[in-house]
Amino acid sequence: MGARAVSALVAAVLLLPVGAGLLGVILPAMGYLPALGHEGLTLAPLQAVFDWPGLWPSLWLSVKVGVLSTLLALMATFAITAAVQDSALHHRVLRLTAPLLAIPHAAAALGLAFLLTPSGWVARALAPLAGFDRPPDWLSVNDPGGWALIAGLVAKEVPFLLLMTLAALPQIGATQRLTTARALGYGRMTGWFKAVLPALHARIRLPVLAVLAYGLSVVDMALILGPSLPPTMAVQITLWMNAPDLSLRLEASALAVLHLGVVAGVLALWVGAEGALARPLRAWAAGGGRGRGADGALRGIALGAGAALAGALVLGALALALWSVARAWRFPALLPQGYGTATWAAQAPRLFDAALTTLAIALGVTALALALALAAFQAAERRGLPARLGAAVWLPLLVPQVAFVPGLATLSLIAGLEPGMGIVALGHLVFVLPYVMLVLAGPWNGWDRRAGLSGAALGAGPMRIFWALRLPMLSRALAAAAAVGFATSVAQYLPTLMLGAGRVVTLTTEAVALASGMNRRVIGVWALAQMVAPWVAFALALTVPGLIWRNRRGV
Amino acid sequence: MLELDDLNLSLGQTALARLNLAIPKGQVLTLMAPSGAGKSSVLAAILGVLGPGFHLSGRVRLNGRDLSALPPEGRRIGLLFQDDLLFPHLSVGQNLGFGLPKGASDRQGRIARALEQAGLSDMAGRDPATLSGGERARVALMRALLAAPEALLLDEPFSRLDAGLRRQIRAFTFERARDLPVILVTHDADDARAAGGPVMNLWGENVAL
Repeated sequence: MGARAVSALVAAVLLLPVGAGLLGVILPAMGYLPALGHEGLTLAPLQAVFDWPGLWPSLWLSVKVGVLSTLLALMATFAITAAVQDSALHHRVLRLTAPLLAIPHAAAALGLAFLLTPSGWVARALAPLAGFDRPPDWLSVNDPGGWALIAGLVAKEVPFLLLMTLAALPQIGATQRLTTARALGYGRMTGWFKAVLPALHARIRLPVLAVLAYGLSVVDMALILGPSLPPTMAVQITLWMNAPDLSLRLEASALAVLHLGVVAGVLALWVGAEGALARPLRAWAAGGGRGRGADGALRGIALGAGAALAGALVLGALALALWSVARAWRFPALLPQGYGTATWAAQAPRLFDAALTTLAIALGVTALALALALAAFQAAERRGLPARLGAAVWLPLLVPQVAFVPGLATLSLIAGLEPGMGIVALGHLVFVLPYVMLVLAGPWNGWDRRAGLSGAALGAGPMRIFWALRLPMLSRALAAAAAVGFATSVAQYLPTLMLGAGRVVTLTTEAVALASGMNRRVIGVWALAQMVAPWVAFALALTVPGLIWRNRRGV
Repeated sequence: MLELDDLNLSLGQTALARLNLAIPKGQVLTLMAPSGAGKSSVLAAILGVLGPGFHLSGRVRLNGRDLSALPPEGRRIGLLFQDDLLFPHLSVGQNLGFGLPKGASDRQGRIARALEQAGLSDMAGRDPATLSGGERARVALMRALLAAPEALLLDEPFSRLDAGLRRQIRAFTFERARDLPVILVTHDADDARAAGGPVMNLWGENVAL
């Protein structure tokens, strides 16, 4: 296959599903869904959406959750980075980021729910002080204001933004910038915000927009932590899409189109606000304030916030683990009164089946994504280009899943495709491939090309250079990309639910489905299993290349 | 014999080099020019790996073969960089093995002899990262020679070595490459003197040392 054909294939894998999915939503939104007997074009579905009393509260809630969670996550990320850059904590934070990032959103939300519910760990810890002898009457999860959901999103998005930010620091000469500012008398925090952030900002714009788009359209976390009357727009679309009354698919599509407009509008406003803030921020930076007085306090707050966020995720995971093996655990005891594996044993057969399905899809999709990413990069190189991450890579991450995955499900219905693992895997590929390409592009471009020249001068052709030199030398990056791809696939909820039509049961779909039930032990088992799968992948990615190359310091 | 026939190299509107040369076996031709003038680009042109943006005209011939249409791996030209670029995932012996053509007879024997000539007889299994600078330079040269090149290009391969080691590795390199036409790129006059051949700038003019 020629270099151009490979590039076109990869672009098609990323763009076609988004385009087709959008079409599959826009046409039913206009009343056209022949599979269900709707063949004329009409605005009735859109009218029905506008007649839905929950529309405006749901829209406001979605915007509030998306914007506030992104803003808070971004502020926390910047503050933590300013507090740790080039300090002894820098590498510790970097090391901690990967396992936290690997926690699937649904599992993180369930863990957080186990902390925040009236009978959760927070209330149990406060019980001796507050005198609780029964769970307090708190609406701490599924609150109408969406604050639990915002907290969950912030905790889950900070590791991602931190990873992107810390990776971008060397590219902007952050060390020299911070050193220069501090030599000029600026405090660490103020100096970072004035000298490092302006250069950093452009480098992480797309990840920030991806986080914003995600916050505006998240489904699994919103089902677990968010309100239900009304829910966010994304959750309502999902509920209507999966309702037994198939005619609600028209309204779901109309709401999805409206939601897409809301997301596009908020993204545009965000970019506009960035531009509007640039001038006053430049004036502030040039104003000369050194900020030394508040530096220690600001750094303390930043580190405290970072510890609280990481602590919430870790404690949530611990709570899931404890509930999964708890026998009796009465309120307000901090720890269970007895332990056992009865829940694990009872769930084992279903868990095994779901884990097998999850593994099969994730391994297949990850292998395919790695092959496509490497083929695309190699094809670009044959055309004399570096591995570029164009709009095609970012599109599936910026266009909300809920805007085009329902369309894909509708199109597959129209095309008569049987819902199953194959079509679910293809759906996962649309989201796994961008992350694999994002992780691999830097190391691919950073590979010392003179090693290839040396190989060529020694008589090796392009294929031998690729297989015998470049891949082994990039093995750590390949393993990291594989782990990220695997974790991304394991965490997919909406594509699995909709493209599998409920028939493909993975650890994630089952964990989210169980979340509405009351059995914490069962939820603990499934959420923990969902959490462990990507951790194993990350652990393998960290250890296997090290074992293979244990006698090679230079790899 | 390595011949550059009216080789004109430019980057955009900037002319970098114009060379008409014939380098017989056993001669080391030194190209001297300031940093950034395009010395390494000339070597890249000879090897056939010029990046985008360059314009090249003229011909490169090696022992009568026109190399212009050949890929770098088909040109049979060895190359040594400033960095030795031993492949970090291969052992010292495997690095040498990489240089041998596929299906070459007596692989292990030839690797062992190369190691012996480099004074590294017992180091086949060693991690390249554990070798000294001089040892690495000798392995890199032996690897290049095991590929049986018909010419050798040296892109400032001694510049990172300290003075004593530099003399030693220089002598080792010129001795091993005595049957090949060699182009040495350097801006060090001692390297040029030690090479013993003609010294030119990128316009084919003799340079007085």
